[in-house]
Order: sequence, then C-alpha cells, then structure tokens
Amino acid sequence: MKKSVIFGALTVAGMAAAAGVASAGTLDDVKARGKLNCGVTTGLVGFAAPDANGNWDGFDVGVCRAVAAAVLGDPTAVEFVPTTGKTRFTALASGEIDMLARNTTWTFSRDVDLKFEFVGVNYYDGQGFMVPKDLGVSSAKDLDGATVCIQTGTTTELNLADFFRSNNISYEPVPIETNAEAQQQYLAGACDVYTTDASGLAATRAAFEDPAGHVLLPEIVSKEPLGPLVRHGDNEWGDVVRWTLNALITAEELGVTSANVSELAASAGDNPEVNRLLGTEGNLGEMLGLDADWAVKALAGGNYGEIFEKNIGENTPVGLARGLNAQWTEGGLLYSPPFR
Amino acid sequence: MTTMTDPPQESFRLSMLLNDTRYRSYTFQFIALIVLVALFAYLGSNLVQNLRAAGLNISYEFLGEPAGYDINQRLIEYESQSSHWRAAIVGILNTLLVAFLACVTATILGVAAGVLRLSKNWLVSKLMAIYVEAFRNVPVLIWIIIIFTVMTAVLPSPRAFRGEDATSSMLLDSLAFTSQGVFVPGLVFGTGGLLVVLTLLASIAGMVFYGKYRTKKLYDEGKELPGWVGWAILIVPTILVYQAFSLTAGQVENRIIVPSEIAAADVSLEQFGERLVTDKTNINYCVVTDSTASALGKKMLLGLPAMELTNPDAVKMKSTRFFSMDDAKTAFAAGSCNMLVVPASEAANFASSVETGAVALATNVKDNAPIAFDTPYLANFRFTDGITVRGSLIALWFALAIYTGAFIAENVRAGIQAISKGQTEAAASLGLRPGRIMNLVVLPQALRVIIPPLISQYLNITKNSSLAIAVGYMDITGTLGGITLNQTGRAIECVLLLMLFYLVISLSISGVMNIYNNAVKLKER
Repeated sequence: MKKSVIFGALTVAGMAAAAGVASAGTLDDVKARGKLNCGVTTGLVGFAAPDANGNWDGFDVGVCRAVAAAVLGDPTAVEFVPTTGKTRFTALASGEIDMLARNTTWTFSRDVDLKFEFVGVNYYDGQGFMVPKDLGVSSAKDLDGATVCIQTGTTTELNLADFFRSNNISYEPVPIETNAEAQQQYLAGACDVYTTDASGLAATRAAFEDPAGHVLLPEIVSKEPLGPLVRHGDNEWGDVVRWTLNALITAEELGVTSANVSELAASAGDNPEVNRLLGTEGNLGEMLGLDADWAVKALAGGNYGEIFEKNIGENTPVGLARGLNAQWTEGGLLYSPPFR
Repeated sequence: MTTMTDPPQESFRLSMLLNDTRYRSYTFQFIALIVLVALFAYLGSNLVQNLRAAGLNISYEFLGEPAGYDINQRLIEYESQSSHWRAAIVGILNTLLVAFLACVTATILGVAAGVLRLSKNWLVSKLMAIYVEAFRNVPVLIWIIIIFTVMTAVLPSPRAFRGEDATSSMLLDSLAFTSQGVFVPGLVFGTGGLLVVLTLLASIAGMVFYGKYRTKKLYDEGKELPGWVGWAILIVPTILVYQAFSLTAGQVENRIIVPSEIAAADVSLEQFGERLVTDKTNINYCVVTDSTASALGKKMLLGLPAMELTNPDAVKMKSTRFFSMDDAKTAFAAGSCNMLVVPASEAANFASSVETGAVALATNVKDNAPIAFDTPYLANFRFTDGITVRGSLIALWFALAIYTGAFIAENVRAGIQAISKGQTEAAASLGLRPGRIMNLVVLPQALRVIIPPLISQYLNITKNSSLAIAVGYMDITGTLGGITLNQTGRAIECVLLLMLFYLVISLSISGVMNIYNNAVKLKER
C-alpha cells in the first residue's frame, strides 16, 4: 500500500506539473503539434459521434473543426478525445485536451472553483424527461415513485434532486456512466424515465428503433447553457476559441455562409464588419496571433446556422427547432459581440 | 589459577562507519532513508506549489456542504440535502455490505468447489474444474457486466406485472423479480419483536455452549449427554416468547382510519374497496415501520379485488413511511397520507380529533404476532415496501463471489492436498468414515494452509468492489470518488480520502483474519 501512495503522489504531482507546462501557451503547443486535441462526448448522435467510417461528425465536432481550421488551416487536423461526464474535467485540467466541446453546462462553480473558462454558449438547453408513451404520463409531476436513469457526474443529477425535492415527490435514481448505457437500460425497462438535456434526449430518441413510442415531457427543469471551455489562465488560447465561436455566430447574422465566404473574402466589400471578420480590412487575425483569413478558414465548414441545420436541425433525425438558439435578430438568444 | 584478560576496548571512530562491516550497513540504510524522505518532501512541495500556482488549495471543508444528489441504496438515512461526508458514509456502508456478502458467498462456494474438485466422482470433479478455470480466467469486470446485462435484459420490467394482459406475476404473492431489481418481503418488528430476535440469538449461543460442554463431558468423563437438549435450547425459549407476545399484545384489535370524504363510517373493508374503484380514489398508505398491524392492514387491503394488478380499474396506491405512530397520526391529520391503522381503543378518539373528518372502517385488523412480513407491491411505477435488492448489488455480489470463489477453491484444494495421505489412511484404519476424516482430521490441518491466502482473497473482494460504478452501484468510489469528486472538483482530497478508507478497511480485515490465523495455526512449544 505504501507503494501505491508513492505512485499516487507521483501521478498527482505529474498531473499538476503537466497542467503547469501546458498552460504556458496552448496556442503555440497546438501549432507546434499540428493537431488540436478536442474533448467530445463518447457518442451522442447529432452532437458528436463517429460515422460508419470512423469520422467524427456533429454539432460540437463542428466547433472543434472550426477552431482547428482557424488555427492550423485544416479542419481535419483534430484529434477527438472521447470523454465521459466524469473524465472530461480531469482531461482538460491535465492538458490531455486543448479544449472541451462536450455538452458542458456553464455553471458558477465550474467556471470559478474548477478553474475553467467557458468561452461562450453554443447551445441553450434545459433538462427534460423522456418516458415511454405507454406509461401514460403527461407531466413530470406525475413521476412520483419512478425510477430515473441519469448520467452521473453531471449537473442534471443535482437538478433532478432539486426538482423532485421541491415538488415533494420521491424517485429512485439509477446512476449511469455513458449515454449509450443509459439508452440500453432505459429500453430494457430498468428505468422508467431518462433525464438529461432536452437536446440529448431528442438525439437519443432519434437513435431508437421506435422513436414515436417515447415522449418528451413538457417540463424543462433547468437552464443548461452548453458551451466549449478551456483551462483558466491561458487567455490567448481562450480568446482564439471564444472568437472562433463568435465568428460562426456573427457569420450567420451577417449572411456569410460556406457557399459565399470565399467570394466575399476575395476582396473588401461594402459591409465593414464582414470585411473585418474575413480579414480584408483591419488586423483582427494578427491580434489573435492567427492568419488574417482565420475566420474564412473557420467558416469553410459552415456558419453556426449551417452547422446546426446539418447536424441537429429539423430535417435531421434529431429534429431540434432553433428555438432559443436562433439569432437575437430572430427572437433567439444568440448574440455575438461585434468584430471591431 | 586462570587469568582472564578482556580484549582491549575498541573505541568508536568515525571512519568505522564506512570501513567496519558492522556499521557500514547502518550508514547506507540511513543514507537511503534520507534520500527517500527528501524525495517525498520534493514530491509534496511540488504538488503544493503547483496547486498554488493553479490557484487551488487542499481543503476538506467541502465535506460539510450539502451533497445535492440522491443515492438509491442507503443503509442509513440520507437525502439530497445531507452533507458530502454523509454521502461518503452511505458509500462506505454500501462497500462494506457488498464486500461482506461477497466474502461469505465466495467462501461457501470456494470451499464446496475445492472439496468437490478432489471428489472421486469423475463428473463432479470435472465440473468443478470447469467452474474454476472458466471463472478465474475471465476478468471480474466482465462477469459483473454480464450478470447485470442478463438481469436487466431477461427479467421483465415492472410494467409487465400490470394490466389485463400482464405477462409476469409475483412469486407466492411476495417476491418480484424485475429488471429494476428483486423485491423481497421485509420484516416488521412489532411489540416484543426485537425481544424474540434477542431470545433467538441467546438460544443460538446457548446451543453452541451446550455443544461444547457436551464434547468436553464426553472427552473428560466419557459420558454422553443427550443431543436433543441442544435443539430444545434453540427452539423452546423462542417459541415461548413469541407465543407470549402474540397471545397478549398480538390480541389487540386495530381499526383502519380513512378520511370521511372517501368512506362512510362503519363500512367493511370490502365495501370500502368497491367505493374506491367507483370514486377512482388513490390510496396513500401510512406505513408505521414498527407496527405489525400496519403491515397486516396493508396486506388485507392489497388482497381486495380493487387492488388486483390485472384489474384495469385497479386503485392506485403508494406508501409513506413513518418511524413512529405519533408521526403517522400527525401526517394523517395534515393530509399527507390517507389510510392509517390504529389500535381500536384509540380509533374513535383519533378519528374525531382529525379536523377534516375521519372515520374508522368496521373491519378488524388483528396482528396476532410480534413479527410480520412487509410484502412489496407494485405502486405507480415500481415495486415498493419490503426489501429491494437492486440489480447492481446482485451483479456485483454474485460476480465477486463466483470469481473469487474460484480462487478460494484452488486454495482449499491446495490446503487439502498439503495434508499427507498417511493421515487420511491412518484415520481410515481407525475406522472413521470419509466424511468424519475430512471434518476431524484433514480440514483442521488444512485450514493452516488455507487461511493466509484466504485473507488476501478477502482483501481482493473488498478492493474489487470498487468496480461497482460499472453497474451504477453507489459504493464509496461511486459517491465520494465519483459524484462528490465531480461536483466539487476536489479530486486530490477525494482520492486521498478514498485511499485512506481502503487502507483502513484492508488493514482491519487482515488484522481480524490474522487473529483467526493465529488461533488455528500450528501451536509450537
């Protein structure tokens, strides 16, 4: 046992040391490595999942690819690291990954106490409940005594406890490690209800044999602003990820799409903000420590709206409406600070 | 005359630390110790420095904060507002529970398989060989997952127990095997119930003492005392105490109290059941945990046609548990539950004291016994009351038991084979039968060989129980090392605590087992 204390201490010290080194300059590290290490889920259809050929695809993956394109000029220069709800923060803190784009809720304690930096919100979500239709439940308040499958190590676990406590009803939690296991248990009837972010529920249901046999209950019991995050203390790298995300959002607002971006970037146009975004005017790229056309490369995979529609939009099996995630000009919450 | 001259006293010189073999080893051991201490100090300071640089500090204050999450299996009271520390205790108890169950089961399995593997019966010995080889050569994590998956996939969900076309039903009306776990009746100790249990325990001790006394008498004086006295000591006092209580306290009559808005006064339980169906009233039964009448009343209620699961109009029911009759009465008066069994002598008074109006049903509930069964029933979604043995516990328990049992079987076989054949033959020549040879000659000696490796198998079980999270069993690794660690982000603190816990448990187990080992090992004089 003495030995394991030594190894434990070594590991801990090593982790801390690695974190110290990595935070020196993630941007330089990524450039030197030629690859971006991006933490994603272990597999959630629409958000991040490998396709039949093993290529990662999805909404969160789109953010990773945009950052890789902006920094390295190549959207495929990404090493996707699957993380579970439990391993994600350790992976980021230890420097194993450069950024985490994994349906992670921006909360006070994660931002302040865990020493991470959320660079923005790429999906405004809320926690919902899914039940089999034949259970005949129409409201989450009818779930008294139900068995609830829940991904452990997530904010949903705390929201769930709060919701049932405030409604003074009981439940039986079944903690589960990954979405895939939860899906299997839910379908086997080992739990009556599955709860996670409503977007995650829709994505999970899309993968069922009989999606129509399951309903999402109307209650949304929490605010879950999901966004990419980086380590605290490396502000240059944080800026790169933040403004890449903002570039995707601004591009949609300004009507810059993957189809017209190369045309618009060829020469300075009439709209100064588009010019500044695409690097035909000003030196925003230089300020970030990137090429002038960083945003053009990032937008090659599409702007925010295109990534949304392609992966989780209404025409996909996941079938999510824009809702809160529409541009502010269209009644949503997406509001990027100006490129100036 | 002889003269003794002492050898000249050699004075200690500093150079002897290196040149003299007597001291040299001390010198090097001392240097090694200093290097080791310095290494630890370096690692420690490195850790502290890096943590400070990252703006983190080591603090255990988070243990006092509310945990915020719920745990399904808890042996002590716990709710989401309890502290992280209490969540850790719940986890520790869960770890100890599964470790204890698995150790006992593995020992039984292992000893049986180890002895049978040496059987002269070809089929039996080969079957045991297959068991040992198959189970110890597949990782225990795989076994845990296999058992869990089989349980959830093969057993029906609780939904299958309901409706006209229900595909499953409860075994003997009291056991339910479902994909959410196995639900078995619990015991309710009413008036004198605990006394019955204490009497039983004392009787068992008495029987053991009598057995020892009988053997001693036989060896010392050659007199054989009758064997049935031991059984009498075991059975008679318990039955007497049980009967005494069931004939006195058990004869108390009880009445079922319900709010007057759902029943008229003095109707029978059957009439009440019929009205429940027409009114579509839901029952929220006030369970008093130390009242056998409460358990019995619930059983009578569940026996009504209105409550049958195959009945499409079945009345919905759930239970609310109270630890004392007074709590239950207050809750009933406040409307938190709507069906309570109280002694008949208090029934009228209590019913009239409820402001919103309450009536007593005419049916008499007579509890008869100091101990009753609390049978599970299907509430809205899942079975409730009784004892829930969750699939995760079963998977972990069985997997650890059959996996480690295979190792113990080999230890047992090694121990038996270590006893020379001459012993068996000598015992046989004295006319002992094979069973007695094994019990009186071989096993007592074999234990000396078996115990030391058995200790390490027990430690393995305890440590392997940390694989619990694979099936969502909330052991200490799942609570303190899982959810608490995640929600607070205090990884180093939690992991240090975890290490400390496993260290303490492992040392305690090996300490206790070493005491036992010293008791059975060869006494050398």
